[in-house]
Amino acid sequence: MTLKTLATAVLRRGRLSLLAALGGLGAAAMPSAAQAQAATEQFIPLLVYRTGQFAPLGMPWADGKQDYLKLVNARDGGVNGVKLAFEECETAYDAAKGVECYERLKGKGGGASGFDTQSTGITFAVTDKAFADRVVVETPGYGLSQSADGTVFEWNFPLLGTYWTAADVMLQDIAKKEKGRLKGRKIALVYHDSPYGKEPIPLLQKRASVDGFELLLYPVTPPGVEQKSTWLQIRQQRPDYVLFWSAGVMTPAGIREAQASGYPREKIYAIWWAGSDHDVKDIGAGAKGYNAITLHNSAAKDKVHDELRKFVYDKNQGTGPATGVGTLAHTRGMMISMLQVEAIRTAQEKFGKGKVMTPEQVRWGFENLNLTADRLKALGFGEVMRPVQTSCANHMGTDWARIVQWDGAKWNIVSDWYQADKTHIDPMVKEYAAKYAKDKNLKPRSCG
Amino acid sequence: MLYRENGQFKTSYRADLAMFPVAQDRWAMLVLALVAFVVVPGVGSDYLFRAVLIPFLVLSLAALGLNVLVGYCGQISLGTGAFMAVGAYAAFNLQARIEGLPLPLVLLGGGLAATACGVLFGLPSLRIRGLYLAVATLAAQFFIDWFTNRVRWVTNDSSSGSVSVGALQLFGISLDAPVQRYLLCLSLVVLFAVLTRNLVRGAIGREWMAMRDMDVAAAVIGIRPVHAKLTAFAVSSFIVGVAGALWGFVHLGAWEPAAFGIDKSFQLLFMIIIGGLGSIAGAFFGAAFIVLLPLLLNHVPHWLGLPLSTATASHLEHMIFGALIVFFLIVEPHGLARLWSTARQKLRLWPFPH
Repeated sequence: MTLKTLATAVLRRGRLSLLAALGGLGAAAMPSAAQAQAATEQFIPLLVYRTGQFAPLGMPWADGKQDYLKLVNARDGGVNGVKLAFEECETAYDAAKGVECYERLKGKGGGASGFDTQSTGITFAVTDKAFADRVVVETPGYGLSQSADGTVFEWNFPLLGTYWTAADVMLQDIAKKEKGRLKGRKIALVYHDSPYGKEPIPLLQKRASVDGFELLLYPVTPPGVEQKSTWLQIRQQRPDYVLFWSAGVMTPAGIREAQASGYPREKIYAIWWAGSDHDVKDIGAGAKGYNAITLHNSAAKDKVHDELRKFVYDKNQGTGPATGVGTLAHTRGMMISMLQVEAIRTAQEKFGKGKVMTPEQVRWGFENLNLTADRLKALGFGEVMRPVQTSCANHMGTDWARIVQWDGAKWNIVSDWYQADKTHIDPMVKEYAAKYAKDKNLKPRSCG
Repeated sequence: MLYRENGQFKTSYRADLAMFPVAQDRWAMLVLALVAFVVVPGVGSDYLFRAVLIPFLVLSLAALGLNVLVGYCGQISLGTGAFMAVGAYAAFNLQARIEGLPLPLVLLGGGLAATACGVLFGLPSLRIRGLYLAVATLAAQFFIDWFTNRVRWVTNDSSSGSVSVGALQLFGISLDAPVQRYLLCLSLVVLFAVLTRNLVRGAIGREWMAMRDMDVAAAVIGIRPVHAKLTAFAVSSFIVGVAGALWGFVHLGAWEPAAFGIDKSFQLLFMIIIGGLGSIAGAFFGAAFIVLLPLLLNHVPHWLGLPLSTATASHLEHMIFGALIVFFLIVEPHGLARLWSTARQKLRLWPFPH
């Protein structure tokens, strides 16, 4: 071998392994440089999952979140002149990836305005960190139910409703159909076997012991594509109603199995994440009668949808396909961004209009939200939501919900407005929050 | 030129047995340690510690543990995620149920529980080998998944099945700052790397390697298969258990059973295959490749300012990463560690090859 060929061989080999070894160092050093940019825009991190088992749910949700921010920028030029900046980070519904995204974005652009993690698991993982980092974790309609207690969970905001309020509303609607008698009935919970799916169980157990119905629990192993044995058991046990805590690919699979095993779809009540157009569209008439609960009234169409089309989609700035606008999951995404933007606006009213708010100031905004009917109407959400007010002690705000039913082609609103019965929920929130505070050695603040 | 051993004579057995017999290696390691312990804590950002270095170190440790079993003893295991889970949940229970138990004991307790579990699931290795053993360890994975999901006692009766650890304290100092947590992980990784390195150079390591290369021949020359295989399982799962406890306590802080699913087992197995079976450095190379490279790929579109959608970027990341795995395995089927040692070998002769 000549000297020259060997030298090149060595260099080539050496460079390869060196690249592999140094690749990581490069990855590590760069983000801090990106974080150093001056803050002239209000930064909102967008944790999303456009891949993985939950992607069917994650995509319209993420599109809605981003679309509303684009709308505010295009229509109003931001919040009192402060433009909204945002960046998406893909979590694939994985807690470790979610933590990485959270770490990457929490300090960006002068501090993240709030994390809608889109995942109960990621919420668990970042809640502790958020206390230390002092950034908001907003979990509208999901997350830890006990975090509604603002005295303990200073940085968490499960706005508009939790899994406990949702389960309670479903039971109310069932009770109405059963003429007020739940006693002796059999109610099954078919759930994604993860913290997300297990969250309603404590409340359902409590209600089962008070109201005297029998609760049957059917865990489905994620991702939930295989549910045959679950629905065969349901056929044997014949529960009067099925509460369906699923998301992503698990939902259509479950509805198809219900259809195959002949379980009436009218007796199924799905949580909001399992009730959007993409869940039932392909099944069409086979899903006729399938019920879902809505977060406030996310099935409605309102002015905000028209404006979104006019200011964003007609200019080809839309995030997703135009047909996605107005689907339930997309509307929920917009509601979440709207709450985020309104928190920033509320904060600006106290700390200075036209300024970039720090995470702490945005937190104050979340805690002092007061969305009146007039305000919602002006925002274009008059039909979609009812007034919401948060406080130091109440981080959930006001939990309205309705039931919608799929008629084979579209969703119809079939119930009046419901609000959860707080006689069981409030003591449970207090109890679980106190347990959390004790485990973590936290001193609950006083909201006097 | 830089890497020549001319003039380095070993005049004692001690020098001959040194962990790094070549002076340049010793210096390189010293510099590396200095950078890791002194320079990086001084200049690193929160993001660097919490999202890059801590996961890298913890998974390196897990890969190191797995390499003892697969790389040195030749017993294929698909249950690494399960042993990590045992370590994490045992540590969680020790902390939650015994008031004021010091953190080192909590972590070691996690490791010991994983050892017990590892030895138990290692028993089939006495009768079966190869792919069949892989399937038997897969049973450990499924069993532990089921156990942590279904037995409420394990999660301290947590209603949602996910657990969350309390404050971390070491000798009265609370470990809140990312840099302190990084140093804790780094110290443990260095400690275990040195211990493992010495184990595999010693009698017991030679037994493991003899078992790996030909178990019948090893038995004939007087190596007890029971002893060799079960010690490999014990040492491996102890290290993996400590790594699991660190993953839960230091990296995630709160976790659900899915954090230690079968994906984690595969991920760790790929790490040591790509990094290099039967090599300490291989565990680190593999962890760097699997943990850091996707992160790097994920950041690239942002740096270049490419207007890629999140979904496209994430799909691209998977494709490029997959292609790189294939590329490296073709270039060097024995892993990145072998690539490194080949380069070193050539550097020793450069520029005067024979």
